[in-house]
Amino acid sequence: MTTYSTTLSVNGIPYSLAFDASRNLLSVIRNEVGLTGTKEGCDDCECGACMVLLDGHPVNSCSYLAAQATGKEITTVEGLSSGDELHPIQRQLLDAGGVQCGFCTPGMIMSTDALLRRTPEPTDEDIRIGLSGNLCRCTGYAKIMEAVKATAVELSGS
Amino acid sequence: MTSITIPTSLRDVLEALAGGARPIAGGTDLVVSSRQGKAPLPEALVAIDQVAELSEVKTGTDGLMIGAMVTHARLMTEELLVESYTAVADAAALVGSPSTRNVGTIGGNVMNGSPAMDTGAPLVVLGAEVELRSTSGSRRVSLADLWTGPGRTSAAPDELCVAVHLPLRPVRSGSAYVRLEYRRAMEIAVVGAAASVSLAEDGTIAAVAVALTAVAPTILAVPDLDALVGLDPTVAAQRVAPAASATATPISDLRASDTYRRHTIGVMATRAVEAAARRASGETIAVPVNRALGIGAAR
Repeated sequence: MTTYSTTLSVNGIPYSLAFDASRNLLSVIRNEVGLTGTKEGCDDCECGACMVLLDGHPVNSCSYLAAQATGKEITTVEGLSSGDELHPIQRQLLDAGGVQCGFCTPGMIMSTDALLRRTPEPTDEDIRIGLSGNLCRCTGYAKIMEAVKATAVELSGS
Repeated sequence: MTSITIPTSLRDVLEALAGGARPIAGGTDLVVSSRQGKAPLPEALVAIDQVAELSEVKTGTDGLMIGAMVTHARLMTEELLVESYTAVADAAALVGSPSTRNVGTIGGNVMNGSPAMDTGAPLVVLGAEVELRSTSGSRRVSLADLWTGPGRTSAAPDELCVAVHLPLRPVRSGSAYVRLEYRRAMEIAVVGAAASVSLAEDGTIAAVAVALTAVAPTILAVPDLDALVGLDPTVAAQRVAPAASATATPISDLRASDTYRRHTIGVMATRAVEAAARRASGETIAVPVNRALGIGAAR
């Protein structure tokens, strides 16, 4: 009896699932729910590519047991865009050249979303701390910083 | 093969532990270790994160109680801690990244028993006791009695850490935690030091405690600091450095040599005492001290 049966709420949709109790949230989101926007980078809780929001708070899904997400609202990068229309963070990242290989991008987006909900007008230091759990090996971060600042202006202005 | 139960009552958790299950809180140590292949997940897990009383922070006549499930994100912002037990907030704010701090807990931290844990030295200088509970009763132990080696504690397998208790603070007291680090996030202390200082009315040292991170098999208090009582805090801060270095028995690893650790632990101890004394005198130094005073890694 090692299979755990539960319902997980991902992007507002309930999924009835059964999986081994040792499975992490990342593998269940990708392989059982079928949403592959969330990435497996280091699988070691270091890089932030697997970041999702649990009840609005960023969490590394690689080191979080899927069973423990029962009863919590899980938000993945797929939950931010509406249909074919990109979320402002996604659009600003593209406009600023903050996406190169793109592997860190979903995690960066989730951290940014959580940051801007809590701190709509962040300082540079707020942004650095907010994104401190997300590694990018391509961009050098400057363009990502630009994109976050532009998103903050866009969202707080509207 | 692993099974998990997720009870909402403490009694059910304790019964699961009595039946051989192992507790899991945020998973930041347990799950990461299993995925790195260091230690497989236990066969039976009991999640403790749905037990509401374990997430409480409460003041009482004998001080502050912090429930075992209180996260680092909350420790660094909780007013009761930032005001009176500031070193704990300093340490919590340095742990990992926002995503680590959202799930990592004080109970998990303490029971994981790492000699490099940031919140450990602050708890030692503040005189913390850990409350352990099982189906057969409850007891409080000091951290010195709890930690027996790297990753080892004196708790029985069926005992759960339910809370950390911090005694009331004396008047004119302050505390601080600083660490040497090579980067600002997702970092482990190269060495770290916490200090608690109480000042006499004339501004001299009335009481001082210092504890050291990542320089011995467990976090250690610096012994015999009574000679610092009555001194000006600036003088005391300088004198604590050789005492800290003499207490340290560090290892060499890829992060630092033993010689470097033995030297820098003295520097960190001095800075911790300086910051704690400034706070004790009424000055506000923002959490974490590392950022407020530019200690540790540059941007």
